[in-house]
Amino acid sequence: MSLVGARVIRKEDPNLITGRGVFVDDLDPSGTVFATFVRSTEAHAEIISIDTAEAEAAPGVLGVYTFDDFSELPRVPGLPPELAPLHRPLLANGSVKFVGEPVAVVVAMDRYKAADAAELVTVEYSPLPVLPSIDASMAAMADPEGPRIHPLLQTNALPILPAPEAPSEEFVNAPRHAALRIKNNRCSAVAIEAFAVVADWRPEGLVVWATYQAPHHLRNQLCAFFGIDASECRVIAPDVGGGFGSKINFYVEIFLAPELSRRLRRPVKFALTRSEAMVHMHHGRAQINEVEVGFDDDGIVHALRVHTLQDIGGWPDHTGLGLGVLTSAMAGGCYRIPSVQAWLTDVITNTTPIAAYRGAGRPEAAFLIERTMDIVADETGIDPAEVRRRNFIQPDQFPWVTPANPDLAVYDSGDYPAGLAELLRILEYDSLLSEQAKRNVDESQPLMGIGLSCWTEIAGFGPPGSLEGFGHVGSWESANLKVQPDGSVLISVGLSPHGQGTYTTMAQIAADELGIDIDRIVVRSSDTETVQQGIGTMGSRGVAVCGEAVRNAAIEVRRRAATIAAHQLEANPDDLEVVDGGFQVKGTSTKSTPWRDVALASFQNLQLPDGTDAGTLDHTVFQTVPNFSFPSGAYGCVIGIDRETGAPSIERYVCVDDCGTVINPLLAEGQVHGGVAQGIAQALFEEVTYDDHGQPTTTTLIDYLVPSAADLPDFEMGRVVTLTPVNSLGAKGIGESGAVGAPPAVVNAVVDALSAFGVRHLDMPLTPEKIWHALSTHGTEV
Amino acid sequence: MGNSTTAARLVEVGVTINGVEHRMPVEARELLVHFIRSRAGLTGTHIGCDTSNCGACTVLLGGGAVKSCTVLAVQADGDSITTVEGLAGDDGSFSAVQEGFRQEHGLQCGFCTPGMLMAATGLLSTNPDPSRDEIREALEGNICRCTGYQMIVNSVRWAAEHPDSAPTEGSAS
Repeated sequence: MSLVGARVIRKEDPNLITGRGVFVDDLDPSGTVFATFVRSTEAHAEIISIDTAEAEAAPGVLGVYTFDDFSELPRVPGLPPELAPLHRPLLANGSVKFVGEPVAVVVAMDRYKAADAAELVTVEYSPLPVLPSIDASMAAMADPEGPRIHPLLQTNALPILPAPEAPSEEFVNAPRHAALRIKNNRCSAVAIEAFAVVADWRPEGLVVWATYQAPHHLRNQLCAFFGIDASECRVIAPDVGGGFGSKINFYVEIFLAPELSRRLRRPVKFALTRSEAMVHMHHGRAQINEVEVGFDDDGIVHALRVHTLQDIGGWPDHTGLGLGVLTSAMAGGCYRIPSVQAWLTDVITNTTPIAAYRGAGRPEAAFLIERTMDIVADETGIDPAEVRRRNFIQPDQFPWVTPANPDLAVYDSGDYPAGLAELLRILEYDSLLSEQAKRNVDESQPLMGIGLSCWTEIAGFGPPGSLEGFGHVGSWESANLKVQPDGSVLISVGLSPHGQGTYTTMAQIAADELGIDIDRIVVRSSDTETVQQGIGTMGSRGVAVCGEAVRNAAIEVRRRAATIAAHQLEANPDDLEVVDGGFQVKGTSTKSTPWRDVALASFQNLQLPDGTDAGTLDHTVFQTVPNFSFPSGAYGCVIGIDRETGAPSIERYVCVDDCGTVINPLLAEGQVHGGVAQGIAQALFEEVTYDDHGQPTTTTLIDYLVPSAADLPDFEMGRVVTLTPVNSLGAKGIGESGAVGAPPAVVNAVVDALSAFGVRHLDMPLTPEKIWHALSTHGTEV
Repeated sequence: MGNSTTAARLVEVGVTINGVEHRMPVEARELLVHFIRSRAGLTGTHIGCDTSNCGACTVLLGGGAVKSCTVLAVQADGDSITTVEGLAGDDGSFSAVQEGFRQEHGLQCGFCTPGMLMAATGLLSTNPDPSRDEIREALEGNICRCTGYQMIVNSVRWAAEHPDSAPTEGSAS
């Protein structure tokens, strides 16, 4: 029986449902002490003085440290040399750039004493002009003497992708034009486990436990930072409580914890509270997209122009710098738009840094193009489904080289018309339209809106050069597969999973190739001392890249095992086939040998055929892929809006996904559910906000509304399958799809419901208050 | 946590967790969740926020689900608590709720899961056959960032439909 495609329950679960998982804050190596930050209360200020005396004298305190104590250490790695003024110090050096920026570190015997002592540190500030938003920062740029957040840089704006000199001919010649300015709201990933790290710099070397998505990457960076050998530095990501992109960043405590451990000669732990994490862990999204579209009376889009302004916060992160490149590349979405001009300005602001959050630049692209398609539908009076149908890239047009960025985005495969058709079938679209017509004139019923989102995104990161651009050593992924003497299998993967079910899916793939019971296959990861160099889990790459590595490792080990089995059966290896549990001569069940015998023989020289070495059933693959994969889908949302309060209520949410081959439908659905939940959350509930003084106003889960079970509906699921040619499995990746595709369906539904009130667009999140204002002011900006 | 001999106002506290009494002097301000994790060494109970919103620290106290970050250790003096480590039977067999979460993929990263399991166990002890909406309402105080909740609801329904897979009831008392 093939396990690829089967609903296999997870290998990961037994530990996690019995409290036997091990997360970083669960670890307390002998002598562990606790470190906490004194954080800036100012968004932009000079530091006049820091008085640590009282804190140093407090009970249980081992030390209080400021920038001056670490001035000989390098800056946080990642940014290119030409951006030297933006290279972040480990602690604030003379000035602060955002509220929450660490100014000092207190180390104490436990977390209570550390928190007590941190309260006793007095920091005197001299305020500087605060630029808490893209608009404020760009306005300051208009004045040559205006404030610059990093004076040595002399600018608040980095033109990452330069603007085209002129609009394209296609744009100029298009019969009709429309424009839209979209704010893509700043979000927090809110992995339920906040960032935590324990460092133990022992005489024999450095050990770091971190809640991280890419431990090998971290190990390499730590070694470069401290000038130590990779072989004397071990990084372990134990169980990791969610990531969503927020755990591939270089938070300063990653470097401070080892240094403090080295000085104090004991393990040092940082474990953020949620309130700290909300200002300290990097946020995501935070773009403005200025969109212009050229189209005709038939709803055909001729040209698209998009200027993306990406907020990158006060101390830009190296991933954050490039997010808008992905947005720009994907701006054309599923559509055969002849001309797409997309350029990017990164904007420094007095806010928490911006970096990857589930989808990382692609949700913003899907949002802007799907809002634009609804604007075209509205302007031409053509149904939104029909406008999309008329503009789709057709199934026979792949590979599709997107004009937005031909070097980056060459779509591999897809069937967008089939996805939309399946969505409309599940929705019963025509009867929904009739129902809507009746309901919206019946004042006794909630307003009804229908929203569509036909999206595609970049997954399976990536071809050579892609992740290197974000500082990784490569873009491949590694897998080692070894058969143990008893015929059980140990697989080590370079991924570093945190909820994806990787140990299950990789075992499914190997089981199919080897004919070994999945219960006898164990998958391990996330320890740089026991796992070969890997890259990590991000960019929906697990199955598409590492799954391919596991498959190819299994095929090679099977080939080698077949030569041993053939020796035992006195047959030709080519005449053998894999059956459940072993090898047999094709069609001859009496001439068979079990894996147990083959495995044992593989370690016994006297049992091996000439020319075969002991230990041969052990193979490592560093899997390179020639291109990204481009999953796609069609999502639909039916929303009801209370006419009195403006409260939106999702009545139906339908997801049709095309991720190519599905390894495990249970886990694939789980990924979509989780992503869609985050996308709906961005559309309706979540936004990290600052006041005019740069003070964050969403620092707890009271103010930042992560939805609960009561806030979300059951999702209806559909599927279309087009295989990717990028890997032999045909699998495209599914981790980020939901978060990419979900927001525009929700917003399009709300705007559809409000269209009779003159509403053309509303920025997320669509709170009841915002909708109520739109209803009462007939769409006028409030 | 480290040695607390320098701390003021230590109070003797005795809490029975999963049938084992843990008695020691603690600071009066110490949260029950820190007592469970650091004093009793039971790290299955997690901390996901500092405002009692996320529910990762949910335990059964006196049979009902309680967020252990909202209770001081001294307030639990003399009480009996069940944590996630106490859910399985003595033979290691999973409770119906544990098995439901496994069968229906009710967890991904697993960090909120102990709290979810305890909240769901508390729900089923008072309402053994909850509707999907009742489950969603009952778990409103527990945040999961991975699953989107639908499979958690499925998991609790699985447990409701398979009560016989539960180990001996009443291990909390």
